[in-house]
Amino acid sequence: MSWPPVRRSGARWPEREYEKVATPKKGRNASAQSKPGRSLALILIAIAALTGGMFASGHTKPRLGIDLAGGTSITLRAVPEAGNEAAINKTNMDTAVSIMERRVNGLGVSESEVQTQGRENIIVNIPKGTNSEQARKQVGTTAKLYFRPVIATEIAGGQGTASPSPSPTGSPTDKPSGKATDKPEATDKGSASPSASPTTQGRAVTDALKADATPSASASDKGDKASPSPSGSGGTAEGDANALQAKYAKLDCTDEKTRSSVGDGVKASDPTLACGKNAQGQWQKYILGPAEVDGTDVDKAQAVLNTQTGAGWTVTMDFTDAGAKKFADITGKLAQNQSPQNQFAIVLDGDVVSDPYVRQALTGGNAEISGNFNQQSAQDLSNMLSYGALPLTFKVDSMTTVTAALGGDQLQAGLIAGAIGLALVVIYLLAYYRGLSFIAILSLLVSAALTYTLMSLLGPAIGFALNLPAVCGAIVAIGITADSFIVYFERVRDEIREGRSLRPAVERAWPRARRTILVSDFVSFLAAAVLFIVTVGKVQGFAFTLGLTTLLDVVVVFLFTKPLLTLMARRPFFANGHKWSGLDPKSLGAQPPLRRTRRPSAPVETKEA
Amino acid sequence: MSKLGNLGARLHRGEIGYDFVKNRKIWYGLSILITITAIVGLTVRGLNMGIEFQGGAVFNTPKNTSASVSQAEEYAEAASGHDAIVQKLGDGSLRIQVAGIDTGAANEIKSTLADDLKIDSEQINAELVGPSWGEQIANKAWQGLGIFLVLVVIYLAIAFEWRMAVAAFVALIHDITITVGIYALVGFEVTPGTVIGLLTILGYSLYDTVVVFDSLKEQTKDLTKQTRWTYSDVANRSINSTLVRSINTTVVALLPVAGLLFIGGGVLGAGMLNDISLSLFVGLAAGAYSSIFIATPLVADLKEREPAMKALKKRVMAKRAQSAAQGGTEAHDEEAYADEPEDAAPAVVGPRNQPASRTRGRGRPSGKRR
Repeated sequence: MSWPPVRRSGARWPEREYEKVATPKKGRNASAQSKPGRSLALILIAIAALTGGMFASGHTKPRLGIDLAGGTSITLRAVPEAGNEAAINKTNMDTAVSIMERRVNGLGVSESEVQTQGRENIIVNIPKGTNSEQARKQVGTTAKLYFRPVIATEIAGGQGTASPSPSPTGSPTDKPSGKATDKPEATDKGSASPSASPTTQGRAVTDALKADATPSASASDKGDKASPSPSGSGGTAEGDANALQAKYAKLDCTDEKTRSSVGDGVKASDPTLACGKNAQGQWQKYILGPAEVDGTDVDKAQAVLNTQTGAGWTVTMDFTDAGAKKFADITGKLAQNQSPQNQFAIVLDGDVVSDPYVRQALTGGNAEISGNFNQQSAQDLSNMLSYGALPLTFKVDSMTTVTAALGGDQLQAGLIAGAIGLALVVIYLLAYYRGLSFIAILSLLVSAALTYTLMSLLGPAIGFALNLPAVCGAIVAIGITADSFIVYFERVRDEIREGRSLRPAVERAWPRARRTILVSDFVSFLAAAVLFIVTVGKVQGFAFTLGLTTLLDVVVVFLFTKPLLTLMARRPFFANGHKWSGLDPKSLGAQPPLRRTRRPSAPVETKEA
Repeated sequence: MSKLGNLGARLHRGEIGYDFVKNRKIWYGLSILITITAIVGLTVRGLNMGIEFQGGAVFNTPKNTSASVSQAEEYAEAASGHDAIVQKLGDGSLRIQVAGIDTGAANEIKSTLADDLKIDSEQINAELVGPSWGEQIANKAWQGLGIFLVLVVIYLAIAFEWRMAVAAFVALIHDITITVGIYALVGFEVTPGTVIGLLTILGYSLYDTVVVFDSLKEQTKDLTKQTRWTYSDVANRSINSTLVRSINTTVVALLPVAGLLFIGGGVLGAGMLNDISLSLFVGLAAGAYSSIFIATPLVADLKEREPAMKALKKRVMAKRAQSAAQGGTEAHDEEAYADEPEDAAPAVVGPRNQPASRTRGRGRPSGKRR
């Protein structure tokens, strides 16, 4: 490459012509080039400032990602609900993030981080030393809580017919409720007893709660003999009710798949089917009326060991004022009904957690959920209820648990790989560019220092965490950075081959090398930026490092490599083309400067290519 | 170095060089052959998608696990009810992959496994992936690829010209196809790490191509104002003169990746480092090849179809025929010029395209040469 070419035997117009034409650019170029010291000072100040900032802020190491430090990383994806896809929007995602954050912190975990990624993903990173399964449940559970009146219920064994469930001895009445009025009696056994005994054949379900949408059908339930006998109020409500009855009849709660899908997509204001485990560990199925009170009415919740009733661990909830009123209303209504319609079900994410019955209106503004809780599950539930339900349903898409040992190994491996890569590049540069590689290596070091300090500072600033792909990106970037030097050095050498002496060569080579570097770095940066915006998870970390290092590459070449080379070109070692300088005209095979005499060497102009 | 330096100098002066453009058909043929092989491999063998794309779990036991591979396999299959793949890694740890299990179920499997293998369950590294996650990563990657390609083609069309954009695009597709094809043929496992590597190749392959194009653009400026070189000649010279840089760049890029590959494959056994560096290694090699052998000749091909360039070629051919006919000393003179071809071409135009000098430049050669 030689451009602009030197005139040699084939040159076709006078030397002077060229010089004259080129002159006007002199002023600008001179100012741009003659102060290499200034650029060098600038970048050294920048490094000093960044390093100072790093020590001042106390973040002397880049924050490490889960895969290097150990811990659990959970990726959740918002699952669109049928007909409500628009719910996955920024507001809801942000709400979900803040709720998850509070829940995770409620576990007593510090330094966990929850952030959205992309449009529908949330990433939860929890440092080592946390129970990963518990964490997964905490962030992954929607915790939509509803209080729904029970319309019908029965044991749903694998074989639908065989269920004249033994009415257990513990009838609800024999359980003294310690705090008589203000709490619904948590009949964790209740469901089995009052409802099950009279069941076997269809029992009229009179809807005492809501006239409109609830079924007023006679619930003929048994799977085999299902004969829905509609009795009364017509219209669509009845149709719906019948459909519900039919589904109820077929519902087999012992099947996990059925269980997880039952009641999906049902609005809070519609009656629904649900499953729940009773105290005997049997699955019980329910027809439930519309929700009367929901999780937003809960002010706070806490786990309590109820020693008085012997109910074990329970979760008590305090209602908000509005919630307390609603709760009093519904319990008042329910109390007038017969079993099982005097029960209400506490439904959490579609599962009936508990189905206490009511004897009188409960006006105390609080309620207790009892069930098969142990301390942990009671605390988890109260934690979730306190911080409210997630506005969206999330599915765990991936979950990575890395032990601290493996994380350390991976970090070490990454660092070793980086060191090897760097060493190989340095050796290659040394072998090929000799003295010139001194500048390249210094530039690489400057680049490395900038990258390191920036990464350290970006940790607290924007939550950047160095993970394994990011380390990879940084290592790959060694190549990109070194390439900028190669582009420039090759240009300089080309100029020397034309017979120029070093100083003019350095200046002439720069504009053209600069353009090449900018164009190619732009492409590289574009790739990184697109990746960063579009992708999720690990790919993003990689793209970020790549983009950052590409930017730094430009900074380093402009403010460090070029000025340093300009300065070094004044040194006799380089300027005289010492054998080891890497710029020896002879070993580069430079053309003998045939016409040097005619060519004044002083005003050398750089040209915009 | 002096030898290499000399080589560089001679390449630079065009004393030696390989006629990439002239022999392009061979290289096109080779590339088409490789591409077809890759596509056939892809359709016949398919990609060996990692657990991340199928959904499932990967468990890594701590170092120096005593259990043997077959034992662990048994345990894992008993615990999960699915087929398990167990590998023993360099440091004595086991990597157990179970496909097709739900993220919820994986936790029980983990604790069962821990019991069977007599390890603390907190010591087991687990990666649980829902089946849609890998798909999502892959979809996003495709999306990113698409957006990037569109942007790059637009950018190159503006910064250079559409022919170069097309050629770079073809070269890029070529690199990706080859890399994916090699993955299919060799049966390397495709993981998100592979996808990352593949996406990086995009930037890198283009990076290389752009440098050659840059030199090509520079040298072919005002090409039509001379009659000594056709576009292909100049294109070829561009490749040759940037050859040293291309080689250096590729070597310097491959060295750190080789370091990664060595550490990732040799020390860690398997994992993210290995996956990224493997696809990078393959892709970088393909990228270096394509920017030299495919992209630039392709530009020359496209460019030669342009009427102006056709006319130029005609003129050049006529000129050469003429000087050959004149023979003798004149032809010899022409030979002498060949020493500095890349000087000569832009010499007509190049930096001195200021009006004054151009007029002179234009006037002179004709006078002088005839």
